[in-house]
Formats: sequence, C-alpha cells, structure tokens
Amino acid sequence: MMRDEKGMMTPELRAEIDAILTASGNDGSKLVGILLDIQDIIPMHYIPEEVAYYLAEKLNVKVSNVYDVISFYASLYDRPRGQYPIQMCESIVCGVNDNGFVFATLQEMLGIGLNEATADGKYYLECVPCFGACDVAPAVRVNGKVYGHLNSREKIEAMLAELV
Amino acid sequence: MAKINIKINNIPLEVEEGMTILQAAKLIQVDIPHLCYHPDQSVRGHCRVCSVEVVGGRKLMPACATKVWEGMEVFTNTKKVYDTQKLLLEMILANHKQECLTCQRNGNCELQNLSKRFNLTSPKLPNVVEKLPVENNATCIVRDLSKCVKCGRCAKACREFQGIEAISYTGRSSHFKVMSAFGENLEKTDCILCGQCTAACPVGALVEKDDTDKVYEALQDPTKHVIVQVAPAVRVALGDAFGMEKASIVTSKMVTALRRLGFDQVFDTNFAADVTIMEEGTELLDRVQNGGTLPMITSCSPGWINFMEKHYPDQLAHLSTTKSPQQIFGALSKTYYPKVSGIDAKDIVTVSIMPCTAKKYEAARPEMGRDGMKDVDIVLTTRELSRMIATAGFDFAELPDDDFDAPMGIGTGAGAIFGATGGVMEAALRTVYEVATGKELVKVEFNDVRGYEGIKESEVDLNGTKVRIAVAHGLKNARVIMDAVRAGKCDYTFIEIMACPGGCIGGGGQPIKTTVDIKKMRMDALYDIDESLPLRKSHENPQVKEVYDNFLGKPCGHLSHDLLHTTYQKVDKKYTF
Repeated sequence: MMRDEKGMMTPELRAEIDAILTASGNDGSKLVGILLDIQDIIPMHYIPEEVAYYLAEKLNVKVSNVYDVISFYASLYDRPRGQYPIQMCESIVCGVNDNGFVFATLQEMLGIGLNEATADGKYYLECVPCFGACDVAPAVRVNGKVYGHLNSREKIEAMLAELV
Repeated sequence: MAKINIKINNIPLEVEEGMTILQAAKLIQVDIPHLCYHPDQSVRGHCRVCSVEVVGGRKLMPACATKVWEGMEVFTNTKKVYDTQKLLLEMILANHKQECLTCQRNGNCELQNLSKRFNLTSPKLPNVVEKLPVENNATCIVRDLSKCVKCGRCAKACREFQGIEAISYTGRSSHFKVMSAFGENLEKTDCILCGQCTAACPVGALVEKDDTDKVYEALQDPTKHVIVQVAPAVRVALGDAFGMEKASIVTSKMVTALRRLGFDQVFDTNFAADVTIMEEGTELLDRVQNGGTLPMITSCSPGWINFMEKHYPDQLAHLSTTKSPQQIFGALSKTYYPKVSGIDAKDIVTVSIMPCTAKKYEAARPEMGRDGMKDVDIVLTTRELSRMIATAGFDFAELPDDDFDAPMGIGTGAGAIFGATGGVMEAALRTVYEVATGKELVKVEFNDVRGYEGIKESEVDLNGTKVRIAVAHGLKNARVIMDAVRAGKCDYTFIEIMACPGGCIGGGGQPIKTTVDIKKMRMDALYDIDESLPLRKSHENPQVKEVYDNFLGKPCGHLSHDLLHTTYQKVDKKYTF
C-alpha cells in the first residue's frame, strides 16, 4: 500500500479543500462528491492518506468510513496516478472502433503498461468503462476532457501534445 | 408480542411475531447453519449460509434476516437448501487460507465446524485465496486477512459495541476486505486493542497474540521464580473453554491447574484489586476534600485508558492516577514480594492471566517497570491459559481444589466484583463510605450500580454529602459520558468505565462464543463469589493491611505514589492538523 510522507497538506491545499468543504456545507453525507472534487485538485489525482484523515476530522466521520468510500468507488483512487491520467474506454463501441490501436500506441509512445505512470509522473494509463463518448469512438478521457476519433498515430500525438 | 402460527419442516409451531426463521427453528431443535450471524449484533445477511426455502418465495431466504409471518411455511431440509448451503460453504472455503492444523482456532472455528457438519471431505473447487501478509508485529492482536471470511462481525463489534470503527469494510466485490483505513497497522489506528474483534471473529483471521511460548520458557528455566496472578473475571469463564456449565466458578481448579503447570506461586489479582481500592478510594477523598479534578474516573481497564489517550486526550486529568490491579500486582511483585520472600527481583518472572488483550499492551508500556525490569513480564488471555491447560492434558473439570498462596493471594469480595461492570464502583463505595463516615456499612450491596444496563447512575450519601456516581461499559456508552464531561454538563463525582461490554467478564480475551446471556451469568457468578467470602471490603483484607503496615506505609503515601500510581499521555493520530 502506498504510504504518504507527512507534510502533504500545504496551507494552499488546505485552503482549497476547505473551500470544497464549505461549498458542500461540510456535509459528510456528500463524501463522494467531495472526494471527487478533491481528487481533481491533487496534482497526482488521488486521495492521499493525510487528506483522508483531514476530511475525517473536518466532517466528523471515521477515517475508516472515508477509506471505505475511496476503496468502494472505481473513480476514486488511494494511490498516486499521474498528472494526466489517460482513461482509455474499454467498452463495446470503442472496442469495435479499434481501441486496441489506441491502447497499443499509447503504451508504445509512453513506454508504460496499463496502470503505470511515466517516470516523471506526468502520464498514467488506465482502462475505464464507457464514459458516453461513443459518437467519437475510439476515445480517451483525461482529467474530464474527452479526446475522440483517435484512429491514427497523428491524432494520438496531437492529443498528448495538448497535455503539457 | 402477538403470537403467530408457522410451520417449519411441516412441524406446526406458535411463535412470537418479530422472530427470525433462525430463532424460530431453534424452538423445534433445528440449528440452521450460519456464519456471519452473531446473536449480540445487528443482522447483516452477508454469507447466505443460512439460506432456507419459504413456500411461495421465488428465491431462498436468509433465515437470520427473515422474520416469520402468519402462515409461513419454511423448509430447512430440502435438497435445494442443502445443495445451496453446501456450495456456499465450498466457495467460502475456496477463498480461505486453509492452514487449519496450524491455526490458533483449530478445533474452535465456526467454518471448520460447518465444514465438518456438511462433510466437505472432497471439495471440488480450487483454492483461490489471495495471499496477504500476516500482521503479527503488534503487541496484542494478530490479523491474517487471508483467513477472513468477510462476515463483518469484527467490524460490527468495533462499531456497535465500541463506536471506534478502527476496522471497517473496504473495497468492492473480489477486492472486498474488512480492514483499517489504508491497511494501516492496528496499533496506529483509532484501535484501542480491546480485542472484541478477536472474540467476534468466527475463524482465525483475528486472534490474540499468543505468548504461551514465553511462559513455557520461563517455567522451564530453573533460575527463574515464576509467579502468576489471575484476574477476577477469568475464574468464571475458564470453565467454558472445557465444556463445563457456562459461567461455572472454577477458582480452585484453576489454582490447581496453574500449580501443576509449574508456577512457583499462584497469586490472586483480587488482592491487588483491594490495594487499588485503597489507593483509588483515598485519591477520590483527597480530590473531593482538596479541590482536585472531578469527576474522577476509574483507570483499571487498559482499553479504556487507550481510548482516553487517543480519543479524549484533553480529559486525561479526570483519570485516577492509580494503576490497574494488574500493574499494582506487578509493581508489588518486583518490590514487596522480593522483600518478604528473599528472592532477588531479577529472578522473578511475573505472569498475568487476564480476560483482556489490551492488558498485554498495558504491561508493555515503558512506564510500567523499574531498573530495566518490567513489572509484569508476560500476559496471557483466558484463551491462552485454556490452551496451556489443554496442552498439559489436564481433565480440567475433574481437577482437585487448591487455594491461592500467601502473601498476595487473599482477595475480598470487593476485589472479586472488579470483573463486572459496576464492580469497581461498588468496591470503592464500600471502602470510601466507611473511611469518609467512620461508620460501619451494614448493607454492602449497591444494587443501583449492578446489572447490564449501558449507563447506570446513582447517588450515595456520605455523611450528609450527596455524591453522584455513574457507571458505563462499552466505549459507545463511555463516549456519551465523556462528551458530557467535556461539555461540563455532568455533576458526577466518581465514574467507573470499562471498555468491554459487561466489563472484564466480557473481555476480548475471554473464551470464544461469549454472548450477552453468558456475560450476565458470569456477572451473577462474581456476585456469588463476593457473597460467599467472609471479607467483602478491601480495607479489611489482612494481607492488604500487612502490605501497608510493613511496606507501603499509607495509601497514596510516598512509596505508593512511586509504585502504584502512573501518568497518562496524549496519543496523536497518525496525522494532526
């Protein structure tokens, strides 16, 4: 299991998290949404252990409950991914539009396998179920933005070029 | 409750509305197989091993979670039921680390019993269990998640009894595990090491750390003088492990067993409990008279102390500084006992038999010793002692009687009732009343503080001064009291709190299959012991008088303070903000 060093919680991060909590009315029952929002602002797009403890304290819930939620939902992560987690759709419409080409090209270009990050922590590859971009299949999603029609090496290169 | 008519396996019976099928079947002597069900916990229906057929039902229904209704017809013995239950068991076995011969729960495992019951001699499914590292570096509790059957009983014990939730559900589907947040080592979580999870686990996924080898080593070392103390709650539970009638009083057989195991002296924690009362009672009167921090709260339960240090570190001043009976015994065993026996403290090994897993942690605290020696060297739970007795091959129920040794073997009835919730309070009141009023307490029973109710309150008249008292057991109840204390919203003078439900008789180290009903029987047994004893007030204990006259001086005096009192420290969470 990934261990965090203390000191992850900078004053800036804490202020950002507090803003998210305030926006949700400090309501522990909105934990899923809160965690998704926080995951977006963490550079490596996951929920660090220290952050989970902070949420438990602020929302007056047990840290084991926070972890229960993180580990239950596939969209929440308890270990660092990358600055740009590239979510490759593995569902049927992308499948019949040759998402295998997308998988293979991205792995080759980045030199990493599935669920791995590049050495600089910039890119991370993962497979996810359909995110509703069937009209532009084969597609990937990076930090909420969809890149579609990835049926050539050039288009994939262009997509990566945007992620800087 | 209204009565309704149902049929189970074509046998008509009248049952109370609101009963489950599992409970109703017991009335016709049918034990429906079950694994995740625990009589003291809320029903979850995880494992489905109790699936039965209900006429008219589309699917099989879980007997533990299905309430009976008028006209219900249940079959527990059809082929469909049998095949389903058996297949479920085979699947659980396929996902269970089968090291049964070397498992601590061998012979005392609910999964093993079911496997035997269903004659699973040739399982058809391959074993696919994920090999996970065993967490065995803790002081008290060993976790092996590869043995976990995902019943959730540990998490329920932690949540429903204690309100701690150090372990909870994590992951989903095949990744589902019952563990701590981020897989952290238990001791570093909110866990207070009470061991209720080890008592609730049906298999060997959560067990007490076994220290019996250390005891065997000491017993076999001719240069060591090995002495043992036994907590009050052990003598009304140990017999359970040997199939005796539940809550049998086995004090004198237990003494014989310990002597025959090779202990040089067999002493009684009840003696130390009486000393505790002398110190704690004096401390209470001092706080009342000299404006000390009130309410004062008892400090005998190490799970409770861990709870305070981790969860209410701002309230530590309320805790009595008096050590627990185990540690008072330990301190005297390395100071007073060498003086009267002429044996060098360095050669003495002090062993405790406790109903408790957290006592192992308490004994290992760095402040609990002197001159590089620990006051209590080894702590065994009731379960570990029962294993040593079984290993020795003693026919426990038939052992002859024997008595504790002098000079630390006499305990009063007050010491005996320490093992039940309310007992320390009652013991303290018996002494405090006589000291404060100078009058004899004729009726020694304080019935208001007895019984299984979660929080009990009462008022005692000490020579015209009304003193409000409260007793709580189980940390969920303790939290209610502590929140009131923290808010300054209570007028109690003295509070007793025990971490485990029922007090020590329901401790995390007690024999497996302890239920609330059994705990109540053990409480009754302790009060029977109390009533049968000639001395029922701690300050009348002749050995206690002797230890003060010849060694300690007076309660809360200089030497007492040095040996029998301690301090508490805030324990930070893993991250603080």
